Amino acid sequence: MKSVVVKNLVRLRDWVDDRFPLMQLWNEHVGQYYAPKNLNFWYYFGVLSLVVLVIQILTGIWLVMNYKPDANFAFASVEYIMRDVDWGWLIRYMHSTGSSFFFIVIYLHMFRGIMYGSYQKPRELLWILGMCLYLALMAEAFFGYLLPWGQMSYWGAQVIISLFGAIPFVGETLSLWIRGDYVVSDITLNRFFAFHVIALPFAIAGLVVLHILALHHVGSNNPDGIDIKDNKNAEGNPVDGIRFHPYYTTKDAPAVVALLILMAAVIFFAPEMGGYFLEHNNFIPADSLKTPEHIAPVWYFTPFYSILRANTVNFFMVPAKLWGVIFMGLGTISFFLLPWLDKGRVRSIRYRGWIYKTALGLFVVAFLILGYLGLLPPTPMRTALAQVCTVVYFLFFLLMPFYTKWDKTKPVPERVT
Amino acid sequence: MSSDSIDMGRRQFLTGTATVLGGVGASVAAIPFVSSFQPSARAKALGAPVEANIDQIEPGQRVTYKWRGKPVWIIRRTEEQLKALEESTDVLADPESTMSTQPVFAENSWRSLNREYLVLVGICTHLGCSPSFRPLSSDEIMGADWQGGFYCPCHGSKFDLSGRVYAGVPAPTNMEVPPHKYLTDTRILIGESEEAGS
Repeated sequence: MKSVVVKNLVRLRDWVDDRFPLMQLWNEHVGQYYAPKNLNFWYYFGVLSLVVLVIQILTGIWLVMNYKPDANFAFASVEYIMRDVDWGWLIRYMHSTGSSFFFIVIYLHMFRGIMYGSYQKPRELLWILGMCLYLALMAEAFFGYLLPWGQMSYWGAQVIISLFGAIPFVGETLSLWIRGDYVVSDITLNRFFAFHVIALPFAIAGLVVLHILALHHVGSNNPDGIDIKDNKNAEGNPVDGIRFHPYYTTKDAPAVVALLILMAAVIFFAPEMGGYFLEHNNFIPADSLKTPEHIAPVWYFTPFYSILRANTVNFFMVPAKLWGVIFMGLGTISFFLLPWLDKGRVRSIRYRGWIYKTALGLFVVAFLILGYLGLLPPTPMRTALAQVCTVVYFLFFLLMPFYTKWDKTKPVPERVT
Repeated sequence: MSSDSIDMGRRQFLTGTATVLGGVGASVAAIPFVSSFQPSARAKALGAPVEANIDQIEPGQRVTYKWRGKPVWIIRRTEEQLKALEESTDVLADPESTMSTQPVFAENSWRSLNREYLVLVGICTHLGCSPSFRPLSSDEIMGADWQGGFYCPCHGSKFDLSGRVYAGVPAPTNMEVPPHKYLTDTRILIGESEEAGS
């Protein structure tokens, strides 16, 4: 009996395979995709970001069923979802917690890439596609944050759109064009809704496909930074590689479960995360006449926000406001240039010298301090500290061609360890 | 030329012109999409001037009106406050308002038509937050040399009671004085002024 079912399933598969490259796709990307056998903890975050993306899309679709993108109803419709829709609170908290978790896993994923030199040749394009995804994700989060139409939604959008006003000559016209009104209004809310639920999800999904295609074309890097394709067996498969399925699918499954447990813990016990995941001021409806006493973006934007605020001096005839915007932009763009800034002869941090390790350590510390300062109101002391950290942040990139060249590297083994 | 040979020059010319024409067509087709982002007719209509009554304002008090969705403040200043505006100008970045936006009649230290009443767009010139009103010179949070004014909670910009920006803060210019005119002694029209070109 069983064998009849299996036989028919195989027949169905073969029928499809004659008309669509089903098995070819499966083998290329899963069944016969050889990943290095030494992938460690840091390699979970790619898969995990895909899991969070699926959660966001799924919960997002359900939220749109009850949300109203209208300045008069938006705030109330979110409260309606929270109080009156069956399980609405759960779906909403999954979505809001998911956005913070998305950035947690993406930041760890990016750090992995930097630590093991995953952006180096031949993975430059893979890295750039990943950075495009990061920018698209930031835009997606920014547009989505306006939708609850709370005070933080409103004034956060106001500040970020005003950034464009700093651009000489065209700035004011540009921010008017983005808002579609003289202030952030219903019109702005409607277009942000369109971007958040249609335009950017498409862009992100497309970029994810490109990112994975590029990855499977060049092959995964690994903690040793060795090309496993240099060592192939008689069948032409890398000796240090194992098939993605079943080996990595089984290895990733517990990580997915761990992530879901962590997310569930936040969703059920601390959905606002003390005001870091959902800011307290956002439970007050948007008021275009009154800025809250203290405004700060959500935690994942704060490092860049700190860089923006750290610029308080006019120099080279350029006002501080414009410098803030320029440096904030450069802060994100710098990551794109890593493949060309790094002149190191090895990929992985395991075989780099102390100079690189110190530089990366300082960069991470500066990034974290900037992120923390961005949550707090500015004082002269904090601004000074943010300025120091901004300098460290940019020196990491600016000096990279030099210190990666001078750094004493260790010999890289032939095979993975 | 024989019929089976390929004229590469001709082919390139045709490909080139087709690409250029197609590109022009695509750019023109983009116009409605880009233009639909502009403020709609309704949004523009809602940006019309608003009237404000000032006969109920006490000295030292501020009232807020909404013009183009932005807060517009009317502040009635006391004699001491006006005197302080003339004196402590060394901490300001643009005391003469030469780099700032205001009608010509407001290019003075009190930045208004009538010395007593200041009309100001309540938006920080840095990134558009609405500064908080801290009129007292004895404000402890603002420090000892504070003469009263506005403090932006977002990025720490400071302005005096004429909306003039302090030096060394992120905001680049003084706060904007909107075009306005007196309809009577106690009624102001915000959004329109009598001088040409404003």
